[in-house]
Amino acid sequence: MLSSYAFRKFKNKLFFFLCLICVVIAVVPLLSILFEVISRGASQLNLQFLTANALQGGIGPAIQGTLIMIGLTSLFGIPVGILSGVYLSEFGNNKYASGIRLVNNVLTQFPSIVIGITAFSLIVIYVTGSYSPLAGAVALSFILIPIVARTTEESLKLVPNSIREASLALGVHKWRTTLSVILPAAGSGLVTGTLIAVARIAGETAPLLFTILGNSFFFQGFNQPMDALPIRIFFDSRQPSAEIQAQAWGAALVLILIVLALNIGVRVASRGRFSR
Amino acid sequence: MTKKITGDSIFKVVIAIIAASALVIFIANAYILTTGSSIVFSRFGLSFLSNTNWNPVEGRESFGVLPYVLGTLVTSGIALLIGVPLSLGIAIFLAEMSPRGVRVPLSYLVELLAAVPSVIYGLWGLFVLRFWMQDYIEIPLNKYLGWIPLFSGTPFGLDIFTAGVILSIMIIPTVASVSREVISAVPNSIREGAYSIGATKWEVIRHWVLSYGRSGIFGAIILGLGRAVGETMAVTMVIGNAIGPNAMPTSFFRPGQTLPSLIANGFIESPTPIEKSAYVGAALVLLLISIIINVLAYFMVTRVLKVKGGAVE
Repeated sequence: MLSSYAFRKFKNKLFFFLCLICVVIAVVPLLSILFEVISRGASQLNLQFLTANALQGGIGPAIQGTLIMIGLTSLFGIPVGILSGVYLSEFGNNKYASGIRLVNNVLTQFPSIVIGITAFSLIVIYVTGSYSPLAGAVALSFILIPIVARTTEESLKLVPNSIREASLALGVHKWRTTLSVILPAAGSGLVTGTLIAVARIAGETAPLLFTILGNSFFFQGFNQPMDALPIRIFFDSRQPSAEIQAQAWGAALVLILIVLALNIGVRVASRGRFSR
Repeated sequence: MTKKITGDSIFKVVIAIIAASALVIFIANAYILTTGSSIVFSRFGLSFLSNTNWNPVEGRESFGVLPYVLGTLVTSGIALLIGVPLSLGIAIFLAEMSPRGVRVPLSYLVELLAAVPSVIYGLWGLFVLRFWMQDYIEIPLNKYLGWIPLFSGTPFGLDIFTAGVILSIMIIPTVASVSREVISAVPNSIREGAYSIGATKWEVIRHWVLSYGRSGIFGAIILGLGRAVGETMAVTMVIGNAIGPNAMPTSFFRPGQTLPSLIANGFIESPTPIEKSAYVGAALVLLLISIIINVLAYFMVTRVLKVKGGAVE
């Protein structure tokens, strides 16, 4: 029934080779993206480009806006996400928690543009009355919270039960155990999960289109439109002028550096976990 | 019987309420989308799903999302056709074949694909991939196979096919890493049994490992589909943004439109309430498609990873 041994061995080699080709094919676009972003973006980088506003051909407001978005979203989203994860891990042995878990899972896969529409209709229309950093931060928190909740739950589950029991046996309350023993024990896991989530929202574009809108000038207040790197890249890439398109590549280089820095942070944090 | 209020019970209730934030987010989305789209659904009913027009001119309004639903399905279909075999090859290579030394750096590279923001994929697609597609793939295909309607049209590089290709790259990290976990979750006894009757490595993978993990791999593919369906920026930047009946995906080499790209292009500039409502309706349709896909994937993947838990314990 089986073909000859030599042919089977040849097939084995062939498929090893094909799988290797698959890896190579996947790495080509990655390397091309990094190469193009660096080579086309690096020529743009200078102090004027990084600090001037958009009318003077700079991306200062976009960098500032992205940092404000990261800060505000972290402020709103990280505490909520982590405490949700704590609930799911430490008290999550019931139907309510498994429902929350399912909803969280569905939310992590929500199309981000839908979240943009929701934040627009809720915050831009009813709360701030205009495009605003707050609306952007709410939209990005909607994306961040489910991711942080899930990674927090996963890293708390890795904390051995003996640590919980040791603390409880000393007569420490469960809430105190959770906050001062279990959370620190899962520290590097929490940092990793949070950084991954922040890296993800730093590059989000679609929800920002409907919430902070874009702006040529630096931060003007919490009820005014604001700029951010992803939407600056998007708008610049649609301009016919080659000069402005080149600015999009410069902005892309800065954005990718921010995202890569966060990812390297993840590597460092998770290395700490394995060495312990 | 009264229950004593302790620090613990307060803590539990407080974080249970915080955990409900997920429900709040979900309900907020569902509420906004259903109320926001009520104008367009009450006026056009279910013909909103089958109509091909997108005409915001006052007095002659007519809205339908059929071309964009089809555009979403066609681009995601192309993404799966190209991306899934590649991802499976990568997953098999990383889980079963690669020497230990290269495994970690290679899987890091593949994961890095997921870290690149989608707007940068779009930028690269618009200024780099587009020309590769046009010169090396679309013009030859159109020249020799142009008599097939699928490959007819004018290859311009900004079309449904390029959008599908860029999506196929973007789903690779999702599909590859989940399938890799599924493959690693297959118990070693299965492999050892197969080797012991003289199977080659490839035969073990093909006939035993993949068939043991098939529902998990199916779940990984559906997760990738979910990512492709909801992807906005990269698609918006390369698909050519056709509107109305022109957006029907009749050929690979024509500008098209997906649900997310439609919304990204038009939502902010739409002046009339009914047009805004039509965009919200499109978002509702997109959300329903995405939820169905992801709930399906959730149950398929958890079913397999439970098997893994059992094997470890």
